[in-house]
Amino acid sequence: MKRLLVCLSLVLCVLSGPSLAISPDEILEDPALETRARALSAELRCMVCQNQSIDDSDAPLAKDLRVLVRERLVAGDTDAQVIDFLVDRYGEFVLLKPRFAWHTFFLWAAGPLALIAGITAIVITLRRRQSTTAAAGANQPAPKLSAEEEERLKALLSSKDQS
Amino acid sequence: MLVELGHYALVLAFALTLVVSVVPLWGALNGDGRLMAVATPVSVTVFFLVLVSFAVLTGAYVASDFSVVNVYENSHSAKPLLFKITGVWGNHEGSMLLWVLILVFFGALVGVFGGNLPDDLRATTLAVQGWISAGFLLFMLATSNPFNRYENPPIEGNDLNPILQDIGLAIHPPLLYVGYVGFSITFSFAVAALILGRTDAAWARWVRPWTLLAWSFLTLGIAMGSYWAYYELGWGGWWFWDPVENASFMPWLAGTALLHSAIVMEKREALKVWTVLLAIFTFSLSLLGAFLVRSGVLTSVHAFATDPSRGVFILGLLCLFIGGSLSLFAWRAPMLKQGGLFAPISREGGLVLNNLFLTAATAAVLVGTLYPLVLDAITGEMISVGEPFFNLTFGPLMVPLLMAVPFGPILAWKRGDLLAASQRLYAAFGLALLMTLFTFWLWGMERVLAPLGVGLAVWVMAGAISEIVTRVKFFEIGPKRGFARLYGLPGSAWGTATAHFGIGVTVLGIVTSSAFQEEQVRTMRPGDTVNVSGYELTFDGAVPRRGPNFVEEVGHFTVREGGAFVAEMEPSKRVYTARQMPTTEAAIHTIGFSQVYVSLGERRNDGAVDVRAYCKPLITLIWIGCVIMALGAAFSMADRRLRVGAPKPAAKRKQSASVPAE
Repeated sequence: MKRLLVCLSLVLCVLSGPSLAISPDEILEDPALETRARALSAELRCMVCQNQSIDDSDAPLAKDLRVLVRERLVAGDTDAQVIDFLVDRYGEFVLLKPRFAWHTFFLWAAGPLALIAGITAIVITLRRRQSTTAAAGANQPAPKLSAEEEERLKALLSSKDQS
Repeated sequence: MLVELGHYALVLAFALTLVVSVVPLWGALNGDGRLMAVATPVSVTVFFLVLVSFAVLTGAYVASDFSVVNVYENSHSAKPLLFKITGVWGNHEGSMLLWVLILVFFGALVGVFGGNLPDDLRATTLAVQGWISAGFLLFMLATSNPFNRYENPPIEGNDLNPILQDIGLAIHPPLLYVGYVGFSITFSFAVAALILGRTDAAWARWVRPWTLLAWSFLTLGIAMGSYWAYYELGWGGWWFWDPVENASFMPWLAGTALLHSAIVMEKREALKVWTVLLAIFTFSLSLLGAFLVRSGVLTSVHAFATDPSRGVFILGLLCLFIGGSLSLFAWRAPMLKQGGLFAPISREGGLVLNNLFLTAATAAVLVGTLYPLVLDAITGEMISVGEPFFNLTFGPLMVPLLMAVPFGPILAWKRGDLLAASQRLYAAFGLALLMTLFTFWLWGMERVLAPLGVGLAVWVMAGAISEIVTRVKFFEIGPKRGFARLYGLPGSAWGTATAHFGIGVTVLGIVTSSAFQEEQVRTMRPGDTVNVSGYELTFDGAVPRRGPNFVEEVGHFTVREGGAFVAEMEPSKRVYTARQMPTTEAAIHTIGFSQVYVSLGERRNDGAVDVRAYCKPLITLIWIGCVIMALGAAFSMADRRLRVGAPKPAAKRKQSASVPAE
């Protein structure tokens, strides 16, 4: 059922009937600009959909944003300027890849931190276990035989002598 | 009347899970064999009762009994029979019933096939499984009862969401649920081990096959869901890093780690405590997935508020099980004896490395999925975490892991020789290098990462083959004896090599289909031709057509290559009449391992139509690789050593051998 919610939200996006995410009349003449527009679109969120980029979404709002991105690019904005413009207008929610800042520090650092924590844990465990086994080997002399065992040993040795 | 019987069976099942939750555990703790013996028959009875419930609900769907609220809301009398049946789990209540059915089925399986387990371990495991079943049965009865009735039944149903009216719904959720819920058994085993304060050989033998079973189904379930999304949603993507997808992917990552650490535990008695913890984590992530999907907390914060009882209930269950098991772990884990020592460069070391990266990757996905919710709750700031973020954080963790995969199975236990292992992998490395250079030569420098990705995939695949070849010493002893040894290899060796080969295949599919895909978006009139990756697609026109519960407009395309006919393709746009809901049905034509994908867009007034056409090279390898991985798990499960049970003390063995064969 994991798809159910995706589907439902998709349905919400398709209020105006099915169409393609990107329609042919949006495409720019200049292939270089169009490639940049597509790359930017993939990083921008369709804000009325669930976790879809405007490049994938059929929603009218996504279309407006795609046209807006292309207008800015044609006007000569750099990629960063286009992103800034959209963040100013719609807030950081529009970015599918959040900016690295204090409030997203843990988000970005989670993977690397988990890796570092794991390595540390492994190293500590290995060290501790090596030192305990080494210590156990060095400090403890072989256990002494009990009186009973001494007697059995003596008996065995003497029986061997006799034969 | 029949519907009430189903409802009654569900209530009775709940009452019996309470019995199995308490009585066998009491027996196990006090050494009372009669109380422990309660576990198996009661677990089996619970399974049959839930099965009756499920059958009754299915019957109501097949008969289109719209007096049942659940049937009215999700079915329609004109729906094809297959979709009437699959519609049972195409909604919240029904899918929870399927979840519980599989949960109690696994409990019954442990009871029936657990004859070679120590009595107290079996009884405690079944009791823990009983707690989980009781929790979910209570959840169903209290907040999501599928057997609610209307006093004045409506004449016609609301129909099922059209996107779900697909063969995918018949296969995907059951596979996924067997995966999710299968991990409940490893969880129950882990908790039982903590309660009893020991993990013996029998415990280790049992954990791995169950993990393998759950893992292979989860792999197939995720792959099926991905392919379903690919052909049904109509924009050609197959993985979206959607929170709901992540919910199934996290248990898979943790389960993969568990699978590998369980090997160390079984073979070398090491990593016991870690394996127990991973077993708890894996099922906790499954529960988290259930919570995220079922509560609706992820779609929107408001969906949670509209029906708070469900979300709060599952959240309560989640806290109870995860918190309870982790507390138990903190309390009891120090009692578990630590096993064998090993050097950092060894098979064990390799498996620890695997666990390290998989756990870090799980953490990255988990934080990425939950961070927006937490940040919103704490500061009110809204951020989005989507595909570009995950590609950037998850990808780099997978690369070193994949590079290390071929070394793992070649290293010796306890103390390995990295240099000797490398020498065995010369051929694999050479082949990978060759393929990298070949891809560079083919595509030029425009995509630098793609050839390296291809090289990595070939490295993993060739490494898996090298492992088998070196294991049978093919070149040292000649092909004749080599084949004999090949036949004699244990199932787990075949399993490892097959699954590793599968992951290489999947990686190859991902790299080639995303890097070398070609896309064309055009407005086409009848007679127009568009060229994608050397295939000429001619649009012949569109015609209306009628289905059982929908109307559609079908576009007709002819695909040619160099003028020669290749295929006809018919993408369509449907409107399901009951809900007046439109869907896009893409047309897909497979050529070798590659696919041509066409979907229709808006229709213009002058008869022209918007068309999106792709050529996706080697894309089917993504899913074929998953099937190969699941096959690998099946080989491992077929390993004779997993079936013969744990070694018994010599005296007992002699006794059992003297019993004449029946």
